[in-house]
Amino acid sequence: MRYLPHSTEDREAILARIGVAKIDDLFANVPAKALLKKPVDLPHHAGELEVERTLGALAAKNVPASSAPFFVGAGAYKHHVPATVDHLIQRSEFLTSYTPYQPEIAQGTTQYLFEFQTQVANLTGMDVANASMYDGSTGAGEAVLMAHRITRRKNAVLSGGLHPHYAEVVRGLSAMAGDSVTTMPVDVAGNEDLIARIDETTSCVVVQNPDVFGNLRDLRPIAKACEKAGALLIAVFTEAVSLGLVESPGAMGADIVVGEGQSIGVGLNFGGPYVGLFACKQKYVRQMPGRLSGETVDAEGRRGFVLTLSTREQHIRRDKATSNICTNSGLCCLAFTIHMTLLGQKGLKQLAEINHANAVTLADMLDGVKGVKVLNETFFNEFTVKLPGDAAAICEKMAKKGVLAGVPVSRLIPGDKKVANLLIVANTEVNTDADREMFVKNLKAVL
Amino acid sequence: MTTKYTKDHEYIRVEGDVGIVGITDYAQQQLGDVVFVDLPAKGKKVAKGAEAAVVESVKAASEIYAPVSGEVVEVNGALEAAPATVNEDSAGAGWFLKLKLADKSELDGLMSEAEYEAYLKTIS
Amino acid sequence: MLNNQGRPTTPAAANSNTHRTFTGNKALMVEEPLSFETGRYDLTGVDLPAPKKVKSRLGKMKRKSEIGIPALSEPETMRHFVRLSQKNFGIDTGLFSLGSCTMKHNPRLNERMARLPGFADIHPLQPVSTVKGALELIDMLAHWLKTLTGMGAVAMSPKAGAHGELCGMMAIKAAIAARGEGETRKIVLVPESAHGTNPATAALIGFIVKPVPADVDGTVHMDEVKKLMGPDVAAIMLTNPNTCGIFEKDIIAIAKVVHEAGAYFYCDGANYNAIAGKVRPGDLGVDAMHINLHKTFSTPHGGGGPGSGPVVLSERLAPYAPVPFVRLTAKGLELVEDAAKAGKGMKPFGRMTAFHGQMGMFVRALAYMLSHGADGIRQASEDAVLNANYIRASLADVMSLPFGNQPCMHEALFDDAWLKDTGITTLDYAKAMIDEGYHPMTMYFPLVVHGAMLVEPTESESKASLDLFIATLRDLAISAKKGETERFTGAPYHAPRRRLDETRAARSPILKWSPPAPIAEAAE
Repeated sequence: MRYLPHSTEDREAILARIGVAKIDDLFANVPAKALLKKPVDLPHHAGELEVERTLGALAAKNVPASSAPFFVGAGAYKHHVPATVDHLIQRSEFLTSYTPYQPEIAQGTTQYLFEFQTQVANLTGMDVANASMYDGSTGAGEAVLMAHRITRRKNAVLSGGLHPHYAEVVRGLSAMAGDSVTTMPVDVAGNEDLIARIDETTSCVVVQNPDVFGNLRDLRPIAKACEKAGALLIAVFTEAVSLGLVESPGAMGADIVVGEGQSIGVGLNFGGPYVGLFACKQKYVRQMPGRLSGETVDAEGRRGFVLTLSTREQHIRRDKATSNICTNSGLCCLAFTIHMTLLGQKGLKQLAEINHANAVTLADMLDGVKGVKVLNETFFNEFTVKLPGDAAAICEKMAKKGVLAGVPVSRLIPGDKKVANLLIVANTEVNTDADREMFVKNLKAVL
Repeated sequence: MTTKYTKDHEYIRVEGDVGIVGITDYAQQQLGDVVFVDLPAKGKKVAKGAEAAVVESVKAASEIYAPVSGEVVEVNGALEAAPATVNEDSAGAGWFLKLKLADKSELDGLMSEAEYEAYLKTIS
Repeated sequence: MLNNQGRPTTPAAANSNTHRTFTGNKALMVEEPLSFETGRYDLTGVDLPAPKKVKSRLGKMKRKSEIGIPALSEPETMRHFVRLSQKNFGIDTGLFSLGSCTMKHNPRLNERMARLPGFADIHPLQPVSTVKGALELIDMLAHWLKTLTGMGAVAMSPKAGAHGELCGMMAIKAAIAARGEGETRKIVLVPESAHGTNPATAALIGFIVKPVPADVDGTVHMDEVKKLMGPDVAAIMLTNPNTCGIFEKDIIAIAKVVHEAGAYFYCDGANYNAIAGKVRPGDLGVDAMHINLHKTFSTPHGGGGPGSGPVVLSERLAPYAPVPFVRLTAKGLELVEDAAKAGKGMKPFGRMTAFHGQMGMFVRALAYMLSHGADGIRQASEDAVLNANYIRASLADVMSLPFGNQPCMHEALFDDAWLKDTGITTLDYAKAMIDEGYHPMTMYFPLVVHGAMLVEPTESESKASLDLFIATLRDLAISAKKGETERFTGAPYHAPRRRLDETRAARSPILKWSPPAPIAEAAE
C-alpha cells in the first residue's frame, strides 16, 4: 500500500526490538471478542487511477456552477477565486501544518491569522475579530450564547429576515443550553418591527444584512433601541462581498458581527468547508469564542505572533470555557486572507460594484417579464422575485434547460404556502449578459 | 487589624467590618505571571467558599473563593491595566476586592499567619 | 603555471548565530512585514472590468465608513505568502510527533479529487436533481464509516471533532428528553484525562460535569463507574484508546453498567486511528462517537482546520440525528432537509450547520479510504501502534514512562521524572527538538501525568525516519542528564523565532494591526 513505508522485514525488526512476537500482542487490552480477526467487509486497497475513476464518475453526475448560467445564492455564492489563492493554500507548510502550538515554527500561521483578524475587524467596522469559526451559521449560534454570558439574560430575538437555516442552528443550540429564542414571522419585505420586541429581558437581537431575501436593513435604529434596553445587536451577513458597498455593521452600532466568509477565496464545495467571520467590540473580547493570534516579541526582541487569551478556551477552562470549539477554519481562513490581500479595499469595492450592477440589470430584465415581480426595494447582489407559479417546480424545469435559476424560498421554509411562489436570485461577477439573457428566455419558456 | 488565611491561599485582612481579599505570595508564585484578574461587580453578595474572582496566567485560570461571606464594596480596578501587580505585591497593592463582612465569626474558622506558614510546610 | 582563478570552494569557519545581516534575513529565511505595512490602499492585485452604469438600489445603505484594507499586487502577494509559509513546520517538512493530533501523510490525490468541479463547484442549494453524485458520495462515505465502526447510523454534518461531540451529546440530550427524563438526568461523567472539549461540550448544553476517578494510566475502572451511576446520570464520555495512549480494557463492562443505569456511552473518537479496521466501536457498546476525518482519514490539518467530525450513532440514538441527511428510498437517494419530513420514527433534534457538512473533507476522506481499502486501513492502524511502541521501547531506558514499560497504542506517553534535578523542563526539551528539525510532541497533556510528553509518530514514518528520531531523542536525553542545560533552556536557537513572550501577549493583547501613531513634529 503506497502510503505505508514499512516492508514485512521492517515490521519484524520493529516487533523484535519491542520484544513481542506479533502485532496483536500490542492489542492485548482489547477484549478478545472485540478484536477483529480479518479486515471488515469493504473493498481492497486501490491505485490512484482506480480511485480517480470511482470518484470522477461521481463528480460527473453533478452539474458544476461554472458549467451553467448560475444564479443560486441564499447563503453561499459563486465568485471567481484567483489562481494565486489555490496555489498558495496548497503550499505544504500551510496545508500540512497544525494549530500553532509551537509558535517558533508556526509564524507563517500566526502572522496570517493576525492579518486575517485585522482584515475582518476593518471590513466589519469592529474593534476585534477572532481567527474564524466553522462557518457563518455556527458563528451565529455561538454569538447568541456569548450575548447571554455578557448580558446575563436568556431571551434572544431573531429577525424574520435571518437565513432560516441559521435560525435553526441558533434555536437548536440555544434550546439545548436552556435559553429561549423568539423568531419573528417570515419577513419578505424587510419591514418588521423588531424594536417593539426588545425589552429588559432581551439578551440580543439577531439581524441579517442583506437579509435572506436580499433586502438591505438599516441597523442604526435597532442598535439604538438595543443600547437603551441593555441588549446586544448581533449583525449577520452571508455575503461578505456586500461589505465593499454596503455600510459596515460596526459603523451602524452592532455589538457582535458574525458572517460567512465563503464569498472571498473559498469555493462552493456543496456547503463546506467555509469560514465563519466573528468580530465584536473590544470590551467583549474575553467572552469571545475561538482562537486569537496576538502580537508579542521573542527572546531577541523581534516581533512575533502567538495564540493568546487561551484561558477562554476549552483546553484550559474545560467546562467553564466560552465554547467547545477547538480549532478554526484554517485553510479557508488563509484563502480568505490571500484573496482579500489581492483585492484590497479598492478591488473589493470594484468587485462589489460589479455584483450590484449585474444584479440591478437582471432585476430590471425580470421585472419586464409578464407575471414576474421583483419584491425588493433595496438589495445588493441578490433579490427575491414572485413567480406566477410554484418556484421549486419552475426551478426544476429551468435546471432541465441548463439554467440554475436560484433558490426557491420553499427549500428554506418548507410547508409555508405564502412563500411557495418566491425565488431568491443571486447575480455575481461571474454572470455575463448572455447568462442573464438565457435566464429570461428560459423563464419565459417554462412559465 | 488581623490577617487570616484559607487553604486555597487567599488572605483576608480585616479592618473594622471590612475585609481586604487577595492571594498569598505562595499562590502568586505557583500561578506564575498573572495576566488578567476577573473581578466581581460592586454590590455582589458572596457566600463563604463561593467563587468571588478568577485569576489567570497564560496557561491556567484559577477561581478565587470568598474566605467569608459578605458584600463586595470595592474592587481593585487598577489590576485591569496592571495585572502584574499581583506578582509584585500580592499582600499590598495586588489586593482583589473588599468585602463587607456578613458574619465576623466566620473568621474564626480561618488560619492565622503562623498556622498558614505551618500549613505551607505540610504541602511543599 | 598554476591556475588560481575562480571562487574559493572551502568556506572559512564562521558562527552563523553572531553574523548579522543588514536586513535581518538569514538567506532562505526572509523577514516578512505585515501586508498592512507594505500594502497600498490605492492599488489592487486583481483586474476587474468596469461595472455597468445602473441606478443604485442600495437606498440609504451605501458604505460611507472606510474599509481600511490595503492590497498587494499579484507578485507581491505570492512572495508574501510563500515567505510566510517558509516559517511553518508541516508534515511534509519532517516528523511531526504531536500526540493526539495524528499528523499523518496527506496524499495529494485527495486534494486533486476534492478539486474536481463536480465536487468543489456545486452549491448546497442547487436543485437536488443536479447533485446526485454528491449524495452518492455522502452515502458511500457513510457506508464506509458505519461498516468500519459497526454502528447503525452516522450524522455527517458536524464541521469538526468538537462539533461532532456537540452533535452526539445533543442527540443524547434529545433522547433523554424524549424519555421524559430531561429534568432529572443532568450529570455527565468525564475523567480528568479527557480532552478539554469533552467537559466544555457537555457544559455548553447544560449538563453538569462530574469527574470519574481513573487509574494512574488514565484507565477507568468499572467499579468506579458503578459507584457513580444512578438515575441522575445522562452519559459518560470516554476516549478510547484514552489520552494516555492505553486501550480501556474494561470498556465492554463499563458500557454495560452505563446502559443498565439508563445512561448513554459517548466515545471521543480522537484516537480511533489506533483501532480502525481492528476494533469496531459498535462491538464495545458505544452509543455515539465522532470521527475526526482530519486525523484518522488524513484530511489536511491546514494549520488548524477545517476539520470534519461525522458522528456515528447507535440504533437508540439514530432517530435523533440532525437534518440534513441523505437516505436511501425506493426511488434512490433522497436528501432530507426538513425535520417534519424525516420519516416515521425519526425525531431530528435540529440542525448543526447551515448546509450539509464538510463536503470537501468528505471527498478527501473517501479518497483515502478507497486508496487504503479495508486491508490498508487495518494495516495503517497496526503500523501506527507498531511505531509508537518502537519509540516507547527504544527510549524507555533514557526517559521515564509514568506507568511502566507496558505496550501503548498509537502514542507513547512519557513524563518528566527523568528530568528531575536537571533544571530542564518538558518545554525546554520540546524546544530543543525544534532545533533538531522535529515538531515536538504534545506537552503537558494529559493533565494526569506530570510534565507529560505525548509522542505520536503515525504509520507514515519509515523505519529509517524512526531510527533517526529515536537517536536524536536519545542524544538530547543524555545531554540533558549530563547537565548541558543551555542546549535546552535557550532553545530554539535555529528557528525563525526564539521563544516568544506569551505573558506580554496576554497582559496587553494586540489583536490587530493599527497604523503607527503619527510622530509628533519636532519643536523648533
